[in-house]
Amino acid sequence: MTELKLDQALIKKVISATQNGLPICERPYQRIAEQLGIGEDELIELMQKMLSAGLIRRVGLVPNHYALGYRFNLMTVWDVADQSILALGEKVGQLDFVSHCYQRPRQEPDWHYNLFAMVHGRDEQEVEQQVAQIKQLLGDACRAMTQLNSLKILKKTGLRIRS
Amino acid sequence: MSKPARLQQQKITLTAFEKQLINAYQGGFPLVPEPFSLVAQELGVTSERVQQTLTALLEKGVLTRFGPLYNIEKADGAFSLCALKVPEARYDEVAEQVNNYSEVAHNYQRDHEWNMWFVLATEDQQKLLRVFEEIMEVTDCPGLNLPKQTEFFVGLRLEA
Repeated sequence: MTELKLDQALIKKVISATQNGLPICERPYQRIAEQLGIGEDELIELMQKMLSAGLIRRVGLVPNHYALGYRFNLMTVWDVADQSILALGEKVGQLDFVSHCYQRPRQEPDWHYNLFAMVHGRDEQEVEQQVAQIKQLLGDACRAMTQLNSLKILKKTGLRIRS
Repeated sequence: MSKPARLQQQKITLTAFEKQLINAYQGGFPLVPEPFSLVAQELGVTSERVQQTLTALLEKGVLTRFGPLYNIEKADGAFSLCALKVPEARYDEVAEQVNNYSEVAHNYQRDHEWNMWFVLATEDQQKLLRVFEEIMEVTDCPGLNLPKQTEFFVGLRLEA
């Protein structure tokens, strides 16, 4: 774990200063670095290390998928044979319409699905095809599946680091 | 407290340049001293144009964020996806009870017998279990606690 070698206190400060986004100006990293009392080079180097360590997933523009016309956002859940889950989960995660893909524990007898994949499409037909594609990929290793439509966002505060 | 947001948000029409910007940089934005100048060079426009367009996209809600996306779990705390089976008649009341917990980050209504899905974020595993059990007790609803075991992929690659 590379990130353990990094300065944890400084990392928390960087996260706090940037978790709401970067400023839009000619030198955004310089502005953040000033707030933290470090050099621009130092900040960029640290953020690069955080990227390699996976602590930063990416620096980028995050689209609101509803605004881009992706109105069909489904949580699909699959009951996949335990001996195949790691290999198959990896493959499902590589599909370009899957935004989140996780293995989660079964909770028998209430819940027997162990693979979660969020899919996104512009219309019903598109998501149906996506579901069919995952089904085909999983093949016989998949015993059952179901899909859960989101009807309403009840709360969305996002994950925040607490200081 | 956050108000329930409707999912039926209208699609926003984008200019060719806006689409180009979103498609080219949702996966990664340059980590260099003058990133907008670099982007401007790559797209053949001025840095001001890139900055103005980005500001407008954020204001219109086409983009929800610009900047680093953290895997907070690597930095701090314990997380889990949880679900409740809520009787329809008590749905709004239970939603309020659940949303009142500051440990609840996201909460979605879904069309399934497990009809309320939320993410719990706490300082540690012990606290997470305590909050989960308290929520089941307070709401008097059966619950599922489904912390991730393996992360295969997290990201968004949507074409604008």
